[in-house]
Amino acid sequence: MLAYLVKRLFQAIAVMFVISVIGFAIQDNLGDPLRELVGQSVSEEVRQQLRDELGLNDSFAKQYLRFLGNALQGDLGTSYFFKEPALDVILKKLPATLELVLGATIIIVGLSVPLGVYTAIKPNSIISRIIMGLSIIGISIPVFLTAILMIFVFSVELGWLPSFGRGDVVHVWGYWDTNFATLDGWEHILLPSIALASIMLPLFVRLIRAEMMEVLESEYVKYAKAKGIHPGRIYFVHALKNTLLPVITVGGVQIGTMVAYTILTETVFQWPGMGFMFLEAINRVDTPLVVAYLIVVGFIFVVTNTIVDLIYGLVNPTVNLARMGA
Amino acid sequence: MKFFGYTIAACALAIGGAAHAETTVKVAYDADPVSLDPHEQLSGGTLQLSHMVFDPLVRWTQDLQFEPRLAESWEQVDALTTRFHLRDGVKFHSGNEMTAHDVDWTFDRLKESPDFKGIFALFTDVKVIDDDTFDLITSEPYPLVLHTATYIFPMDSAFYTGTTAEGKDKAELVKHGDSFASRNVSGTGPYVISEREQGVKVVFDRFGGYWDSASKGNVDKIILTPIKEDPTRVAALLSGDVDFIAPVPPTDLKRVGENDGTNLITMPGTRIITFQMNQNRVEAFKDARVRMAIDYAVNNAGIVERIMRGFGTVGAQASPAGYLGYDESLTPRYDVEKAKALMAEAGYADGFEITMMAPNNRYVNDDKIAQAVASMLSKINIKVDLQTMPKAQYWPKFDERAADMMMIGWHSDTEDSANFHQFLSACPDDATGNGQYNSGGYCNAEADALMNASNSETDPEKRANMLRQLEGILYNEAAFIPLHWQNLAWGARSGVHAEDIVNALNFPYFGDLVVD
Repeated sequence: MLAYLVKRLFQAIAVMFVISVIGFAIQDNLGDPLRELVGQSVSEEVRQQLRDELGLNDSFAKQYLRFLGNALQGDLGTSYFFKEPALDVILKKLPATLELVLGATIIIVGLSVPLGVYTAIKPNSIISRIIMGLSIIGISIPVFLTAILMIFVFSVELGWLPSFGRGDVVHVWGYWDTNFATLDGWEHILLPSIALASIMLPLFVRLIRAEMMEVLESEYVKYAKAKGIHPGRIYFVHALKNTLLPVITVGGVQIGTMVAYTILTETVFQWPGMGFMFLEAINRVDTPLVVAYLIVVGFIFVVTNTIVDLIYGLVNPTVNLARMGA
Repeated sequence: MKFFGYTIAACALAIGGAAHAETTVKVAYDADPVSLDPHEQLSGGTLQLSHMVFDPLVRWTQDLQFEPRLAESWEQVDALTTRFHLRDGVKFHSGNEMTAHDVDWTFDRLKESPDFKGIFALFTDVKVIDDDTFDLITSEPYPLVLHTATYIFPMDSAFYTGTTAEGKDKAELVKHGDSFASRNVSGTGPYVISEREQGVKVVFDRFGGYWDSASKGNVDKIILTPIKEDPTRVAALLSGDVDFIAPVPPTDLKRVGENDGTNLITMPGTRIITFQMNQNRVEAFKDARVRMAIDYAVNNAGIVERIMRGFGTVGAQASPAGYLGYDESLTPRYDVEKAKALMAEAGYADGFEITMMAPNNRYVNDDKIAQAVASMLSKINIKVDLQTMPKAQYWPKFDERAADMMMIGWHSDTEDSANFHQFLSACPDDATGNGQYNSGGYCNAEADALMNASNSETDPEKRANMLRQLEGILYNEAAFIPLHWQNLAWGARSGVHAEDIVNALNFPYFGDLVVD
């Protein structure tokens, strides 16, 4: 187990190193940061002077080695726009994003299990057909469109929910302000969570349904039925448990993907998280922040995948982690 | 979040003196100021902030006249000297008295700012006469002294003097990175900043000791939130989450205007959108007849009507109405037959191929405009290979002069006609910085001579004639293709009298905002 974790740690470092090289290599294609730092009528001479000060005229190798040297000391550079260490900026924005992902996860888990199970048990009922139909729509509409539609229905037309931002947050600890402590906070997080969940929920409903239908055909379920065990117990204890393995695997990968979808959701809802920050950083050619974000997200991917592997071991004792890591 | 001692004191004062309920206005812009330092970046966001937290010596009115602010009056002493008399009893947020020494200090700092020093290039000194009087001195007779004075927002020199706990100079002007002035502020303006989270919100509280007691402004608190996405910003206004938004995207103008409970306020803007034709890349563009043919082929009225949905003013020159150089006799040209004839006359009846570049997130509908122009040019047999890209990638391309036709929009920092020519169509010259954005390489000695003469002509009548003559030359030579001036639009909840505080410069004077 320990050997496995150490191995994973080295993998994480390797992943982050590769990402930093790629991030650094593409930054020249993002545009010229000086354009965003100075007004339009500033002379070329002044711009070159600032470029020198920022070290942007140095060679790629020199810039990258300087970055690497600082990174080893925990300094991923300073954001041009926020004027703070890029890592601090990201850590400040991280809780908002994690809360949004948490909100969406609650919706996905809370709805996908009952809906998936129901549509598997009664595949031909009207309700199942409606659910499956809606899931096709949900999967095909882009997140930003779902988000804008919801804003216009629930905020503008009905006036039930706020249209943007985090609302009243309560300070918890460090950089962590939470939405879950006030009614206003709950109202603000509802629409963004649904929007973010809209892309994953149909996927999970379909996944659970397919797995469940397969399991329901298996011998032990038939035996349990023959034995006269209460259907509720068969479906939710015996059958569901065995459908969960692939769901967890996919889920682990999808949580990483969800971080990517936060970019769209946060932008539409002006949610002050790191996804929105990333898009803005690209628009402003805030290259230190862009590179730092890529590294942090890479780290998150490695961590979630490690956790998924650990959970996998817990759910299915036949999985040998030590050998898996080898 | 940052709270400042004097801010809290000021709030206490405001609350203590006010018996009425607090009026709060929530404002959503597409961006928030990058820094609290008024000299860090010359941008709309910074100037908007400056008008809220500081006051200029003079400012523009809605009809582009000068209005005294911290300078009560001024007079010309000699050809190079203008004497300003400051308002008495004006206090900074810190409680310090504002004097001519603060103006002097601010001027010196402006001369150090990479962004602002260009505007102040011809200004040599501020000479303090006494606490309330100073002379602003130029190196040559300069007609734009008052125009430039709109950029002088006196800073609290005592507040910005000394060193911080970390041993940094408080006056330090840092373009990238942390500084005292980028996070702390003391001005004379109507609002103090009580809370700021960059990119999320800025909270402004009315300054209890504000000098302008004649102002009808009655807003106690302004919460500024940046909302980048156009549909979200509009939704926030329509749903009542915010009270004032800018800009309103062209697609939602009707909706904001017709909706019960919200008002749309529009105004012709001063930013001209143009295309430049690169004579150094395309031989044909050296021929004025070809440039003229392109001007005749482009239907700018059609672009304004269909692509901009009427949200623009069709242009035939760089200077908008109200500027000295504006000549109403110059009218937009559109006649495809004439364009074809001109092409034939120049020997290009069969046309030629060119490349074109335009940004896709800088100006309103910029990429659609470029597409429309490209298809209009195909009618006179000019085949266009168009490439559009985000502004971050576009500007380096523009600097390289990477395409035969490139789009550029320009707003004159001095609100003066000569500025357009200086940057967009003057003979490119690295030494003077003239023609920095002249990707066409157009060069006309006569036009440049007129610009230079106008820059030291202080008689407005004579100056206007020179500038009109200059616009006439550019028009007759088709130096560039003028399209339109982008209009400005703001959306406000009913009862928020935004119409009284907006102006063509797009810095609503929130200090004077009245809410029912």
